Amino acid sequence: MASPIMAPSFSIFGRKMESGLMSRFIPSISAHGCRKQALNRVLAVMAPTQPQRSPATTGSVKHAMSMTEKILARASERTQLAPGENVWVNVDVLMTHDVCGPGTIGIFKREFGQNAKVWDREKIVIIPDHYIFTSDERANRNVDILRDFCTEQNIKYYYDIKDLGNFRANPDYKGVCHIALAQEGHCRPSEVLLGTDSHTCNAGAFGQFATGIGNTDAGFVMGTGKILLKVPPTMRFILDGEMPKYLLAKDLILQIIGEITVAGATYKSMEFVGSTVESLNMEERMTLCNMVVEAGGKNGVVPVDKTTLKYLEDKTTLTSEPVYSDDGFRFIQEYKFDVSKLEPLVAKPHSPDNRALARECKDVKIDRVYIGSCTGGKTEDFLAAAKVFLASGKKVKVPTFLVPATQKVWMDVYSLPVPGSGGKTCSQIFEEAGCEVPASPSCAACLGGPRDTYARMNEPQVCVSTTNRNFPGRMGHKEGQVYLASPYTAAASALTGYVTDPREFLL
Amino acid sequence: MAAGDRPMTGEILLSLPATILSLSSTFNLRFPSRPSFPKCPSFSRSPPEPLLSTAPRAAVTPSSPSPTTFHGPCYVIGDNIDTDQIIPAEHLTLVPSKPDEYQKLGSLALCGLPSSAYPVPFVLSGAASTPFPIVIAGANFGCGSSREHAPVALGAAGVRAIVAEYYARIFFRNSVSTGEMFPLESEETVIWKECTTGDIVTVDLDERWLTNHTTGKEYRLKPIGDAGPVIEAGGIFAYARKTGMIASASTA
Repeated sequence: MASPIMAPSFSIFGRKMESGLMSRFIPSISAHGCRKQALNRVLAVMAPTQPQRSPATTGSVKHAMSMTEKILARASERTQLAPGENVWVNVDVLMTHDVCGPGTIGIFKREFGQNAKVWDREKIVIIPDHYIFTSDERANRNVDILRDFCTEQNIKYYYDIKDLGNFRANPDYKGVCHIALAQEGHCRPSEVLLGTDSHTCNAGAFGQFATGIGNTDAGFVMGTGKILLKVPPTMRFILDGEMPKYLLAKDLILQIIGEITVAGATYKSMEFVGSTVESLNMEERMTLCNMVVEAGGKNGVVPVDKTTLKYLEDKTTLTSEPVYSDDGFRFIQEYKFDVSKLEPLVAKPHSPDNRALARECKDVKIDRVYIGSCTGGKTEDFLAAAKVFLASGKKVKVPTFLVPATQKVWMDVYSLPVPGSGGKTCSQIFEEAGCEVPASPSCAACLGGPRDTYARMNEPQVCVSTTNRNFPGRMGHKEGQVYLASPYTAAASALTGYVTDPREFLL
Repeated sequence: MAAGDRPMTGEILLSLPATILSLSSTFNLRFPSRPSFPKCPSFSRSPPEPLLSTAPRAAVTPSSPSPTTFHGPCYVIGDNIDTDQIIPAEHLTLVPSKPDEYQKLGSLALCGLPSSAYPVPFVLSGAASTPFPIVIAGANFGCGSSREHAPVALGAAGVRAIVAEYYARIFFRNSVSTGEMFPLESEETVIWKECTTGDIVTVDLDERWLTNHTTGKEYRLKPIGDAGPVIEAGGIFAYARKTGMIASASTA
């Protein structure tokens, strides 16, 4: 049963716990075998008491459900679901882009027929964003394939680009798909959003079920509007404490992934609650949910509150009530973090769970800094980086690449005043610091891409990046070394030429 | 929103066993009890092009003695091999549903592995497919991106089966939906450390054994459950059609 919007169930954690609020977690275990055992064991780090429940108005007694279970129950037209069940789910929005769209379209036509129509022309959002500003012929052809399909099917939401030389000449073009989905009002509480991209989990920040699927599954959804999903168990992450001014959501999620490893949440839902989460704005919440997949997670969720509704009010209208995990719901695992005790982090090469304190990496000389992607190229991310450059007043020591995620972010970078700067915009501060000119919005070098991709690493260099993965070859060169970090840490590192804790500039 | 409110185009009468894509090995075959999709009376489909209806597979030598056993040299990789190493992102401009680009993906399978750690290339320079029909891997194989190009590249290269400790979920799901190869799990952990690239192995799906003839060791495999028939049929669409769950073109 959905709680009223203003009384979310996580408010019980607003009560002050005793000062022994330390991070309680499963100790990091190096052997993968033991780790797998840990994954299979149901751990009640904090076992909530089960209150007496009165029967619902329908007369049936319901078992406690998590947020994710409630969303999937609604989407599968069931009153009750439990983890492990396989259910057919109605899809509210299907997203695809230029890398996986053509393959998805190929499968759709092959399986349903060359003249088949999509299940709902208003529920498919097609967003070219990955390989756009390139001379690679196949990449350009792939955008044409999307356009042809959208024309043929009269797809309502297609954010086209034709003039590759000037992104601003394309009024429909948005940029990075996950940020565009949010900004254009396609993310709505309690809905099911699927995308042919692993970072589709980004949208869980809006209290919906959002996850990545492959071309074949997407082709199936394109024709039927349904998908077979297994209900995941939920891990809960309680983040409490005042957010230090040198920390960002990126540090929080790196902390979590470092704790549970890159497979710690495989096939599970990750729910983020707590006073710190409540204090985060929507873009920061997106950063949290964005990297759920880096822990193997199926989806991430943040409960809906005033902040969510405020963000959505000029973009879309809700189609259903927000839902919240029931009091007394038993999460498969629970972790508590006292955020006030955390420090800026990096993920060292070559894994997102290779966590280290930024200050312990201060002797690592770097060759470049990259600020961009769905994870770290939003407006808030650039405001954060600008804050560090402003505090320093000095110039960067290494090439510092800036790639706004979308056209809107790009505009913000050029128009929003940075607090405490006397009215300067991010772009002005970046220019004074000697950063590269903010580039055309797209995924760009986050995943390497065609050889001529902006800021692609074509030599074995060391890069501090606000992106999401750092496996070998991720940004281009196989021997490249990528340190994942928050925008604060990335900016601080640009100023010194070494991996640098942002407290050097922010305290 | 009731299903009937949607326009009746492109929708098909469909019911599939609810547990096809389950990772667990034991479950009941269930059919959804409510009406799945409204039948579209005027829905017509042209039969799939023969070229695309079965995934073209590279020739593998030596050939498998039966559909449920695979035999040949194995290629060994470790933990957390992610999709960027299986198929680097710069090659994602290739569209897997186009036959010539499908073949090209096969020639690029695992080219993202650092050569310092993996001196033996999975696909020899200039070759279209791999000499290794079986891959032995560690934990969390296929982590990272949702790109279907990853299992497609491996299948197009000629991989018939992977034996890993466990898989990342999107990769596993994509392997089953595409039917490209069998993503099997070993009951023991860290078997990859006891195998060397080039060891001659046999994978027996029915009996659930991986036998390394070079070392003489045997490893028990976890059952693949209902995902097995889906892969044998050639993927989720082929399975649904083969078992009569999707109305075929002739009866539409």
